[in-house]
Amino acid sequence: MTDEVTTEEEATEAPHPAPSETERRQLHDMWASGTEEPAWVVASTAEGAQLMLPRDQATGEDVAGEGGTLVVDDRLFEDEAAEAETTILNMGPQHPSTHGVLRLQLELEGEVIRRVKPVIGYLHTGMEKTGETLTFLQGPTNVTRMDYLAPFHNELCFSLATEALLGIELPPRAEAIRVLMTELNRVSSHLTWVATQGMDLGAVSMMIYGIRERELLLAFFEKTTGLRMNHNYIRPGGVAADLPDGWEEDVVGILEGIPKGLSDYHDLLTNNPIFLGRTQGVGVITSEECFAYGITGPPLRATGVDWDLRKTQPYSGIEQYEFDVPLGENGDVYDRYTVRMEEMVQSLRIVSQVLETMPDGDYRTTDLKVTPPPRKRIDESMEALIHHFKIFTEGFKVPAGEHYQAIEGPRGELGHYLVSVGEAKPWRLHCRTPSFAAIQSLPIMMGDQLIADSIAVIASIDPVLGDVDR
Amino acid sequence: MTDQMPTPDEETAPEPAAPPVAPHLAPLAEAFPEAKFEQSAAGQQVARVESGRLVEFVQAARDAGFEMFIDLTAVDHYRQRSGPRYDVVVGLLSLKHNQRLRILVPVDGDVPSAPSITDVYPGANFYEREVYDLFGIDFTGHPDLTRIMLPDDWDGHPLRKDTPVGAVPIQFRDTNKVL
Repeated sequence: MTDEVTTEEEATEAPHPAPSETERRQLHDMWASGTEEPAWVVASTAEGAQLMLPRDQATGEDVAGEGGTLVVDDRLFEDEAAEAETTILNMGPQHPSTHGVLRLQLELEGEVIRRVKPVIGYLHTGMEKTGETLTFLQGPTNVTRMDYLAPFHNELCFSLATEALLGIELPPRAEAIRVLMTELNRVSSHLTWVATQGMDLGAVSMMIYGIRERELLLAFFEKTTGLRMNHNYIRPGGVAADLPDGWEEDVVGILEGIPKGLSDYHDLLTNNPIFLGRTQGVGVITSEECFAYGITGPPLRATGVDWDLRKTQPYSGIEQYEFDVPLGENGDVYDRYTVRMEEMVQSLRIVSQVLETMPDGDYRTTDLKVTPPPRKRIDESMEALIHHFKIFTEGFKVPAGEHYQAIEGPRGELGHYLVSVGEAKPWRLHCRTPSFAAIQSLPIMMGDQLIADSIAVIASIDPVLGDVDR
Repeated sequence: MTDQMPTPDEETAPEPAAPPVAPHLAPLAEAFPEAKFEQSAAGQQVARVESGRLVEFVQAARDAGFEMFIDLTAVDHYRQRSGPRYDVVVGLLSLKHNQRLRILVPVDGDVPSAPSITDVYPGANFYEREVYDLFGIDFTGHPDLTRIMLPDDWDGHPLRKDTPVGAVPIQFRDTNKVL
């Protein structure tokens, strides 16, 4: 990459203080009269070398990567694009359709997108570094905040990785509760996606409907875990608490309520000519490109690749439940839509089987190394009190080793890579998040499409920026 | 492991050959005799490769069926081991064989450097930028090696172990050390 920076950035090395009232007025006048803004104003949004280069400075590699033609060159009008006059448009970081603080730089030729460069990091909070300062027992509180629409999946992945290092087995009830919660979470995540997908394409009532049905699930999550999001419910060694009394009725209510909502969505969207026109053939990605860019989950299955980690590399005993893996064909926005809509039905199918076959027993392992003594014992025994205190202050030591655990999150493969050196805190926690890979593939899906389609494409990969930036 | 002296019988027994390599990895093991294949305690396949032959190795792995790029990150083994300080960790997945492969590449130095694998897997682009940003590992041959998470003018690489958490620089000291 070149180190050439534009003169504007060089001129602004000294940080400018916050604008005074007079300066603000001057700025407004400049904006109103179309005068060029002073350099420090430009610098306030500058990301330096992370930004897209103008076409006359960009190398062929930049153009191929940002144009999405590195793997499969399906560009239609490359020659014209090179000579035509193009504009770089900034979309974001504050933009309603980017699902968070995502900034996209679009090179436009008229209304057609020629190059895309995602600029990310606005939500980076150093959660991997934070993970190194928390014990294995505290770890789920950290990772649950990454993908805030699928908190249970993050907790489950972290817990499975820790348990693999510890080498402990879980009682069947704990595993069944984990499957129940993660599959319900998959439905709630997909409901948020269908709500925003609809809203981004102009079906604003879809937003209300999706959130309405999701409320059923969040109410159940709150009843079970105490919180609507960021539960810290699935922990190394099992789950934090048993299911509440009367959970069966709640789940039956969910199993009845969500399908009604789904049929509403089908009425509203599936055969809606506007929706079809805006999604079919839009944002196409091939399975070859998915492999090269690490795209997993619904976008991969929409290209027709039968790959679901719940089937191929099962975890938490999910292999004992019957479900199908819905597949698409064309890899476009519409196929991602149909795949996710069907996935919700399949997840509910798993939930109904869990409801019928929920085993009795412990909800966490009886391994005293990771499980504190029961509350009642603490009143009777000094040793139990010390034991409890030690687990929650020092934490438990995890044998040295490294492990990569992957599960099928709602957005694709969610992987946690843990390195332990035999202490109570992980030496390194790395989270391989599906949204990060998906954001990187936006140029492929958006190249040579209209700018209005970019909104449909962003919604269809269902990015969570907390998951991207971590 | 016991620390008893080996008995004569054990000495004469044929020394264990290189760990058995799964059939789908056989072409890789043959082409890269210096690469060390091992299994983690939980049975995950790990390969240790020198950074000089990483690109060739990754290319061969892709030809051997590991078509999907999954992950690229790094680990800082600061004061944990005597050898090279960092490991670059590449995760690959084979849908055909339903297998994963984790490639560990040791790198060292003040400005550690590893070859970029973006020519083989274009998806490594953002991942290498992230490692460059947070660990300061230089990926030679990367098309656009800039910071990705942090601003361009950020000082240091936070995921290195010698970067403390929540440190403030102290003024009026004869050193510029952070505490």
